[in-house]
Amino acid sequence: MTVYIVLKLIWTGLLGVLLTGLGLMVGMDMGVGTLLRFIGRDDAERRTMLNIIGPHWDGNQVWFVLGGGAIFAAFPSLYGTSFSVFYVVMILLLFSMILRPAAFEFRSKVSNKYWRSSWDVAFLISGFVPMFAYGVTIGNILEGVGYHFLWTGQYIQDENFLSYLINPFAILCGLMSVALSVQQAGSMLMLRAEEPLYSRAKNYASPGGIIAAILFVIGGVWIQFIKGFALTAPVDYNMPANPLHGQSVVMREGAWMDNFHAHPVLWILPAIGVFCMIASSVLLRLDRAGLAWWLGAGSWFGTIATVGAAMFPFLMPSSTRPDQSLSTWNATGSEYGLICMLVATSIFMPIIICYTAWCYHVMRGKVSVRDVLNSHDSY
Amino acid sequence: MDLINPHVVDLSRFQFAMTALYHFMFVPLTLGLTFLLAAIETVYVVTGREIYRKMAKFWGHLFAINFALGVATGLTMEFEFGTNWSMYSHFFGDLFGTPLALEGLMAFFMESTFVGLLVFGWDRLSRASHLAVTYLVAAGSNLSALWILIANAGMNVPEGTHFDPDTMRMQFDSFVHLVFSEDAQAKFVHTSVAGYVAASMLIMGISAFYLLRRQHREMALRSFRIATLFGLISSVAVITLGDVLGRMDYQKQPTKIAAIEGLWHTSKPPFAPWAAFALPDDAKQENHLEIGIPFVLTPLITHSFNQPITGMRELEEQADPHIRSGIIALTALKHYGETHSKQDLADFRAHEDDMGYGFLAMRHSPGQDVSTIPASELDRIVKQTQPDILPNVFVTFWSFRIMVVLGGYFFIFFAFTTLLSLRNKLESNRWILKLAVWSIPLPVMATEFGWITAEAGRQPWTVFNRLPTFLSSSSHTVSYMTFSLAGFILLYSVLIVAEFYLMFRFARRGPETHEPQEQNSQDSVVSNLNIVQGGH
Ligand code: HDD
Ligand code: HEM
Ligand code: HEM
Repeated sequence: MTVYIVLKLIWTGLLGVLLTGLGLMVGMDMGVGTLLRFIGRDDAERRTMLNIIGPHWDGNQVWFVLGGGAIFAAFPSLYGTSFSVFYVVMILLLFSMILRPAAFEFRSKVSNKYWRSSWDVAFLISGFVPMFAYGVTIGNILEGVGYHFLWTGQYIQDENFLSYLINPFAILCGLMSVALSVQQAGSMLMLRAEEPLYSRAKNYASPGGIIAAILFVIGGVWIQFIKGFALTAPVDYNMPANPLHGQSVVMREGAWMDNFHAHPVLWILPAIGVFCMIASSVLLRLDRAGLAWWLGAGSWFGTIATVGAAMFPFLMPSSTRPDQSLSTWNATGSEYGLICMLVATSIFMPIIICYTAWCYHVMRGKVSVRDVLNSHDSY
Repeated sequence: MDLINPHVVDLSRFQFAMTALYHFMFVPLTLGLTFLLAAIETVYVVTGREIYRKMAKFWGHLFAINFALGVATGLTMEFEFGTNWSMYSHFFGDLFGTPLALEGLMAFFMESTFVGLLVFGWDRLSRASHLAVTYLVAAGSNLSALWILIANAGMNVPEGTHFDPDTMRMQFDSFVHLVFSEDAQAKFVHTSVAGYVAASMLIMGISAFYLLRRQHREMALRSFRIATLFGLISSVAVITLGDVLGRMDYQKQPTKIAAIEGLWHTSKPPFAPWAAFALPDDAKQENHLEIGIPFVLTPLITHSFNQPITGMRELEEQADPHIRSGIIALTALKHYGETHSKQDLADFRAHEDDMGYGFLAMRHSPGQDVSTIPASELDRIVKQTQPDILPNVFVTFWSFRIMVVLGGYFFIFFAFTTLLSLRNKLESNRWILKLAVWSIPLPVMATEFGWITAEAGRQPWTVFNRLPTFLSSSSHTVSYMTFSLAGFILLYSVLIVAEFYLMFRFARRGPETHEPQEQNSQDSVVSNLNIVQGGH
């Protein structure tokens, strides 16, 4: 095994870590946005909910930004192709995400009723749509995406956006992602809110995990009947990162199960996912929100890892030119670039985790309606 | 092969330019305000005087409103390379993605995590810790500028990278060259100090507004003085570094500097005049109504009295052999992709440096394929490609002049207000206070025109001399682009109205209303509750 192959594998793993971190941290805040009008019955309650995540949402959102940047650096062709292929979905996601920073900062600065309820709607949109789009995109990638490359490296799109948006399997994945975000948001609210927000959060969050688990299992059965992708000849793992040459791939029903058949130990990943989803729902019922939050992290890990294990080595398979599917072997950056990024990540990730933890520590404790109304710094 | 629909390219360019310019309305203020906040808070921590705390909190509120839109519009930027410039991302992403990812790792995480504590942490942190948090936010925002400008400098002067025919893209090969490129460093300093100018002008202008209304006098006088000193130093730095950038363009981007100066013919030192006014005509390749100042151009750009600056017509002539060589390079490259033969690779290597010109010629070639150009057509195609190497001169020429005139104005204005402020004569010179209020938007305008100079002057390339803009974009349809463009325009218009409304409202109200001891604050909380609950 050469260094380049190891780097390709490490970065595929790190891609999974990023997608997990993104789902977990950004998903939590977006869940709060989705639930804002359902849990918060009056303005003071809604403001309390916003102030619970107020000091942290921006830092959490950087998982999303870094996700983009890291895919750009470590998988340049994947970055260029995936965001373009899903153009309309991505633009809708961007539109909704743009509303969110403004909604946080602007909402409570004016006390007019219509002003505030407009921003509440912005929170609903910017909570629901991006998480839904996140799941939809992953669902679509599992089904294969219509594109091919020209000799220059320019990608050409072969499918219309409607087939990506209106597509039952993708919608199922989208709903699952929303359910997980609602559960994570509920755990956070239970940790830091007082009654009556606490009980209402519990009522929304604990079904979230069960629903996610059900959708996950349905998806797992469904995937057996979806055309997956498989390599038909061994590839040179060390090959230059160029999707034009070097792979021969077929589409075949059930191919996404191949890795599980070859390595049954992989079944542990979906098992972790389902276990965490159900266990964290139960724990929420038992008022153990802290532990439930961490199990929520396990749910995201289980989900992303299962998808990754099923697809490996594919990252975004092409349904119109399967040979040109982007994979771990042909879509990464150069060896030099991957090393630079790995060094930087191993230095800065621990530092980031430390100061993020410190930040949560400083802002720890319950946030009461009273505190929010009496402080001039609050949202 | 098919080129991307030129309308789609134009729409993508328009969308990118619009969203980038919009992002850059908020960013300069963030860059500068964070440092000014840190300075004011330092005074507070050292002297312990309550007025400085009040100042820090008041300007902090304005910062926060502005910051939100900077973040919102930054999200668009981060993803737009993927959504709209897929060929660019594939071709240059190995190098370009790295600073972008490092920006996330080193700058955005720091800035965005601590900004939460900056706003919410006043009562939870000790004075010293809060001050440290403020400095970390300032450092974070400026580091983000550093990394993004390293990325941008990479497109203008690609360093630390080479083209690899096996992956068909520019491969990253030297971190040191990328980060310590002169161009990147100069761009970083020029741009961040431009941000300090913008923030100083904002604080000065709002303080002047209070002085005119004789409100919050204590805070306004102090803020004015800090801002004017900061602004004076920064405007000197902007001009100095601007001069460095100009010389760098002279060395590395001859087409850009010739367009900036509207120079159609190679200059004749030392007499060569600097065009203070002209109407460049891109079609006829000449200037109308030119008013030049003799002897200025040569020392200004070259820092010497005898070096000529190559004119655009001569640059066009010089492009001829490069285009021919580029066509050979690209033909060999295409064959190499099919055959992987040593001979094709050697042919490519011999002409590799001109590859970009081969791309440029694609637009005029039969079937957009340079490998099938018949010998009889070659001369015509080369001729047609030659003018393509020039940017739009009118736009580059004028956006540069607007920036420079504003830069000169800032220096004079800050120097004057500093003098008045130090002599305590501000309040008796009401016209200067009025001018300060009206000058608030000017630095942001100067920055926008600076970007138009830099980016329009880089045309026709996205990666200078390597990848033309018309090949860089994604292969969308016009209807996709119309959808996204319409959405951005709508959304951004709504947001800017909301932002201005809040900014004006806060600035008008002034600092007092934000202090907890204030009488009406309790009332307003209660009335808020009533209003909102009344709706249920
Ligand atoms: C307050 C804003 C401001 C002011 C007063 C100036 N600039 Fe500037 N300028 C910018 C803000 C700016 C900028 C927006 O920050 C740019 C755009 C790209 C960049 O790196 O900085 C820029 C770019 C830019 C470029 C193009 C660099 C490139 O090739 O990419 C040149 C040559 C100059 N500037 C030169 C000047 C000179 C000689 C000035 C003398 C007064 C000046 N600028 C004042
Ligand atoms: C890292 C930073 C930046 C990069 C990589 C970048 C890249 C690009 C790209 C890819 C285009 C489209 C192709 C083209 O038409 O040139 C473009 C155009 C443009 N960008 Fe930038 N840009 C950056 C920063 C900015 C900023 C901050 C601004 C403005 C505030 C800006 C202003 C423009 C303008 C005005 C154009 C249109 C130029 C034209 O089409 O003639 N750019 N830039
Ligand atoms: C065209 C390329 C650019 C991209 C991809 C980009 C990306 C971003 C993103 C994703 C954010 C939000 C970060 C967060 O969530 O906290 C952001 C904000 C910011 N950007 Fe940009 N940006 C670009 C151009 C620039 C330039 C040229 C500068 C500086 C010279 C700059 C300076 C900043 C700063 C200081 C912030 C943080 C505060 C604020 O937005 O007001 N950006 N940018």
